[in-house]
Amino acid sequence: MHELSIALSILDVAEEEAARRGNIQVEAIHLRIGPLSGVVNEALQSAFELARENTPFASSRLVIEDVPIVIFCARCEAERPVRSLQDMQCASCDTPASHIVQGRELQLAALELSE
Amino acid sequence: MSPPRIVEVRQNLLKHNDEVARGLRQRFQQEGMYVVSLVSSPGSGKTAFLEKTLTQLRERNYRPAALVGDLATNNDAARLARSGAPIKQITTGTLCHLEASMVQSAIDEWRLGELDFLFIENVGNLVCPSSYDLGENLRLVLLSVTEGEDKPLKYPTIFNSADAAVITKLDLAEAVEFDHAAALANIQSVRPGMRVLEVSAKSGSGMAAWLDLLISEAG
Repeated sequence: MHELSIALSILDVAEEEAARRGNIQVEAIHLRIGPLSGVVNEALQSAFELARENTPFASSRLVIEDVPIVIFCARCEAERPVRSLQDMQCASCDTPASHIVQGRELQLAALELSE
Repeated sequence: MSPPRIVEVRQNLLKHNDEVARGLRQRFQQEGMYVVSLVSSPGSGKTAFLEKTLTQLRERNYRPAALVGDLATNNDAARLARSGAPIKQITTGTLCHLEASMVQSAIDEWRLGELDFLFIENVGNLVCPSSYDLGENLRLVLLSVTEGEDKPLKYPTIFNSADAAVITKLDLAEAVEFDHAAALANIQSVRPGMRVLEVSAKSGSGMAAWLDLLISEAG
């Protein structure tokens, strides 16, 4: 369970970004998370609810966007999805994936502000 | 009500760890050191494999050192110290993975210029360590024949984050009816093109090939 560490990182990055913009009130924190990041969304949500207590983000929501895995398929010469995390082949032609374009994201995408 | 105002940020959540790891990687390169990290589940034979590796590197006149992450005990560090290489323990308490800053403070007292190889044994865990860059050149994931061939399918993320896989405890393969072909197929399925080494720290089989690979990679 390293989601608590990640939740604390979220608060750090969010605090930095909010401060840089004049201590704005944050309604929601938007994340982009890929399946190869090693983070479980549900565990991260629970960890965040613990971590946010007594911080400026105590009432901020966490909104997670799942980012799908995308590879560059050498045979199709195009970006393609894969069959699955367990079966890292091009979903169109079954060529084994060698170049991962997307799917490792663990990113704070945006802050949603209270009006 | 007006629509919510969204401010784009696009920051990596582990940017602090990544910055420290980048700094470490640069320092290791400047000091001419090759760094290998090891991840696996508990009991997969990381420490035995590492002890053999350290001993045999020293026999070949290289100067290796190791950091070992452990939740509470210093048993692993004591075992590794028998190799004669400098060893430092990182006790993580309840933390299930190592972070770059822990590596940074652990190597603080060492003169890196006097070392050729650094091994970082992560906490026994196949989930958490995958997200954290430690500044290593090579990340190994270990899989023992006693764990079952489907381990890669259960933990695809860690296999995907590693550079090479090491199948350990080969001496027990027959006794546990290890399905060799299935294990290799599963590894290739989650991480196409992954290099796979097969060793037995007990009998010593496969160790020479591993050391040759290590030394050639270190250049």
